[in-house]
Amino acid sequence: MNKLELSSLYQLTMVRFKLFLREPEAIFWIFIFPILLAVGLGIAFRNRLADVLQVGATTTQLTQALAADRGLAAKTVNEADGAHALATGDILLLAIQMPDGVAYKYDDTNPDARSARLVADRAIQAASGQHEAVHAENQLVHETGARYIDFVVPGLLGMNLMGSAIWGMGFAIVEARQKKLLKRLVASPMPRWQYLASFLLSRLVMLVIEVVAFLGFARLVFGVPFRGSILQLTFLCVLTSLAFSALGLLVASRAKTMEAASGLMNLVMLPMWILSGVFFSASRFPAVVQPVVRALPLTAAIDALRGNMLQGMNLGQMVAPVAILLAWLVVPFAVALRIFRWR
Amino acid sequence: MTDAITSSVLDVNLRARGNGPSLLLKGLRKAFADVVAVDGLDLEVKHGECFGLLGPNGAGKTTTIEICEGLTPPDAGTVELLGLSWATSAKELRRRIGIQLQETQFPDKLTVEETLRLFRSFFPRGISIDESIKTAQLEEKRNSRVGGLSGGQKQRLAMACALVGDPELLFLDEPTTGLDPQARRHLWDLVDQLKLAGRTIILTTHYMDEAERLCDRVAIMDHGKIIALGTPQQLIASVGGEHIVELVITGHREVDVALLTAIPGVQSHRVDAGMHQLTVRDLHTTVPLIFQSLTSQGLHLSDFRTHSATLEDVFVGLTGRNLRDE
Repeated sequence: MNKLELSSLYQLTMVRFKLFLREPEAIFWIFIFPILLAVGLGIAFRNRLADVLQVGATTTQLTQALAADRGLAAKTVNEADGAHALATGDILLLAIQMPDGVAYKYDDTNPDARSARLVADRAIQAASGQHEAVHAENQLVHETGARYIDFVVPGLLGMNLMGSAIWGMGFAIVEARQKKLLKRLVASPMPRWQYLASFLLSRLVMLVIEVVAFLGFARLVFGVPFRGSILQLTFLCVLTSLAFSALGLLVASRAKTMEAASGLMNLVMLPMWILSGVFFSASRFPAVVQPVVRALPLTAAIDALRGNMLQGMNLGQMVAPVAILLAWLVVPFAVALRIFRWR
Repeated sequence: MTDAITSSVLDVNLRARGNGPSLLLKGLRKAFADVVAVDGLDLEVKHGECFGLLGPNGAGKTTTIEICEGLTPPDAGTVELLGLSWATSAKELRRRIGIQLQETQFPDKLTVEETLRLFRSFFPRGISIDESIKTAQLEEKRNSRVGGLSGGQKQRLAMACALVGDPELLFLDEPTTGLDPQARRHLWDLVDQLKLAGRTIILTTHYMDEAERLCDRVAIMDHGKIIALGTPQQLIASVGGEHIVELVITGHREVDVALLTAIPGVQSHRVDAGMHQLTVRDLHTTVPLIFQSLTSQGLHLSDFRTHSATLEDVFVGLTGRNLRDE
């Protein structure tokens, strides 16, 4: 045996790797699942070519005027059928010929229907000979960074960092406690800090694999932008992972059974899955709950990751989320060490 | 089997050990909530001894041994191991003792070798992985995962983990509980070899035959106290007879116990679930007298057995209960 193999910290860390790699479910949830989720969301929310909007009109004359616009597909229907088609979503808008002009029937809470209203009106006005008062020209761009996939990738990254840290710490520690392995370890000369340090070390190595795999995939397949410093992005990932590891340690510090630990972990993570803006912006929640939402570590992590990746912000511009993450690292860690139950 | 083990594995270095006892307990006391688990215990275990703490479940054996192992702080009393105390020399003690706990489950997905490598890394000095595997006779299972081992193999792995630091003092908490008879004998052989190597061993068990077979001295515990202490032979002799005669009588007539105890050579009598137990010094002279007495009383004998007195009989004699009564 060489010197490294005699080191207990090395052995403890290697054991963590081996146990992780021999757990196929864990590999799926940590490495495969986020990529599958990104693929699914990427397909569902891909930016299609400018949508052709389905509309209807009560006269052939109107239909022709509408069909003249490339953004619209028009068909002629009577008013009753048209109303039915509106109700079932076959068409977004029905143009009805009136004695004194035209009436548009549409749902103004549906953004596509509102677009159809604007485009249809422009087409009908143009057909009746109206000209633009101001000359306008369209310059089309398709910018990466503004798409849903760009928004959701940092969110999924944050969610994954949370899950892998909390599950990774929580289950392993509580299982060792339940099986009396923790007690056996403290009965040996093992320095206790090394047991906890082995989790952090293995987490950091795993973090590299999981982040590089996920972001690499997002970059290659979806062309998700990296506008900020990669070094600072690395720092943010490490900080996030350590903060959630501290939280995982806290969750695992006293639980005696896997069931209790599992319940606690879900209790901790569920609010963040919903509130922290993984899939949609956290700013959609009412102002009253915003202070709570902002104080959650996942919100801070995702804000910082989005700031870095999408807006190219540097750490100096993200003092608040970084400070929140640091607080979530220090406080749970200190509490967990104080109340940790070794047996 | 002993020959199979190289002497280097089992020879404990004759390092500074002084002449003091390996373990010294004085006035040990520990209570949990409303139960007094250990109730004023004094004990001295000499160097090189194999000492057994014997008693039924709940007697306080595990609490006692865990206090000795520095895992449970006592409410009162002092613990001295190898002349050192936990308060001042915990780090050194951890390196010099070997511990096998009840119910430890090693990670299923590690192999035998990986598990031993991990435990070996905690000790600055000790035996090699190869030696520990050989001692525990796990050569064929070296690369098997712990999850696939039998109960006996898991227990031998736990033993190997306790041995990797080449301990001077070894604690074994119920090492054979739950094992089948063959696996138990296998483990006994292993303990025999460790004894031969001169290690001090302290083990708990609720199997009397195990204590008789393995231990140089035995303390019988009940309700947190030591109720008897001595070599197995001394304790058995203390029952008053070396043989136990068990008989079951059928029929309507009651046995006159006074007539039974009056038989010359019968030391004591008790009834357990309809079975009369007599302790007897010399079977060949006393048994014919017992038959005579029964015949003269007109009693019908449906079962008659004799066995040499065991520690089980000592426990029954002391407490009036069987060991495995829960």
